[in-house]
Amino acid sequence: MIYYSKTHEYINMINDTEGYVGISAFAAKQLGNVVYVDLPEADDEFEQGEDFGAIESVKAASDLYAPVDLEVIEVNEALADDPRLINADPMKNFIMKVEVKDASQLEELMDEAAYADFCAKEH
Amino acid sequence: MEEIKKTCLHDRHVALGALMSPFAGYDMPIQYKGIVEEHNAVRNDCGVFDVSHMGEIGVRGPEAERFVNAIFTNDVTGAPVGQCFYGMMLHPEGGVVDDLLVYKRSDDSFLLVINAANIDKDEKWVLANARNFDVEIDLLSENYGELAVQGPAAEKVVEEVLGIRCADLAFYTFKETELDGEPLIISRTGYTGEDGFEIYSSHDMTVKLWDKLMASGRCEPCGLGCRDTLRFEVGLPLYGDELADDITPVEAGLTMFVKTDKPELIGREAIIRQKEEGAKRKIVGLELTDRAIPRHGYEVLNENDQVVGHVTTGYHSISSDKSVAMAMVDVPYNKRDTQLKVRIRRKTFPCTVVPKKFYKKSYKQ
Repeated sequence: MIYYSKTHEYINMINDTEGYVGISAFAAKQLGNVVYVDLPEADDEFEQGEDFGAIESVKAASDLYAPVDLEVIEVNEALADDPRLINADPMKNFIMKVEVKDASQLEELMDEAAYADFCAKEH
Repeated sequence: MEEIKKTCLHDRHVALGALMSPFAGYDMPIQYKGIVEEHNAVRNDCGVFDVSHMGEIGVRGPEAERFVNAIFTNDVTGAPVGQCFYGMMLHPEGGVVDDLLVYKRSDDSFLLVINAANIDKDEKWVLANARNFDVEIDLLSENYGELAVQGPAAEKVVEEVLGIRCADLAFYTFKETELDGEPLIISRTGYTGEDGFEIYSSHDMTVKLWDKLMASGRCEPCGLGCRDTLRFEVGLPLYGDELADDITPVEAGLTMFVKTDKPELIGREAIIRQKEEGAKRKIVGLELTDRAIPRHGYEVLNENDQVVGHVTTGYHSISSDKSVAMAMVDVPYNKRDTQLKVRIRRKTFPCTVVPKKFYKKSYKQ
């Protein structure tokens, strides 16, 4: 199940407590050419809404926000070498694998359909 | 909140699917296909920018030359008709009101081309200072559309696609000509570090020229995103970043455009004094070893983590694949090869003071 935040991060849950966090295809398209990803480190803990890193396109830096309370299990080091992977496929090229601290917060996020609707209104 | 303005080409940008964003009160195209593609088109081939948001002020009358010399840092004395000049208008204290191009149209007529963000301020400033001169001031910003056709192929594209003869123009000269019976001004100038032209004409003519360029397929539409990366790479200043009301040309490294040996120039004494005493801060280039990108406003630190300046513009340079910046730093940290740090969010990154030219200009002389 994939959930989306209003700040365009997704969390792709692989079981009840673990998931991959990245940015949505909509956000990747809006950003344009990604040139740098400021990655967190394994074992870092972030609260819902806290910025855990940043993604830089040619034109601007955008902060990344934790969609739920989480702990970083591992980061996608491949992005350090080739940030453009985000443009190629933002779902496959996640930013970090995380442990969700409070699964009830997932219900505050949007599902695929609600997020598509949200993007259509924002654009 | 003032209503956002649109240039005469707004419909065209929207139809091309441009990412639009407010800039200096105008809804402007930031990018069409992407900043990198557009940047490379200008470096390697040809791109066209809608810069109709730029402002224009006419100065006419018997004392036009004397007036321009009094408000504009470069020296237009006795210049030939058809000459363009880059320079600045200064506050009496030496800060920059705006940087601009001046076109000498005749012995008693000049055109000032000013930044969109400063149109209101500049108009008031020029009118206020014109009171004691025998000149007429024409506020022309609404009359002109402007295109910038830039890149190594620009000359061929302008001649062959637009049918405007321009091979005869030397760098920083212009001519007034006609196309389909309508007047236009074309200059060999630009803001990209490449050869190119800027064309001023009516809104209708500007749209007509744009459509011809698009139909030809020989010219990439380019947004303000790559306009900024292009000008930054060759060390050209942007008002609001490297220039401001409280930044002087000495601090910005632009004294070569300030002629202090003129009898009249607002800000002259302040600049002479600062040149003698030496500026306390200077704009420099910074090069990082990391890929992290220093952005406008980020702090620059010395080895003891004291703040000694701030970033004015920073990018991951498209042409050199390095993270580089221009920054305003306190003297003596402006010395070449000084080791400094930039704070980027939670971390600091080492950087070195380098010349603020990250890419070599290729103007046609």
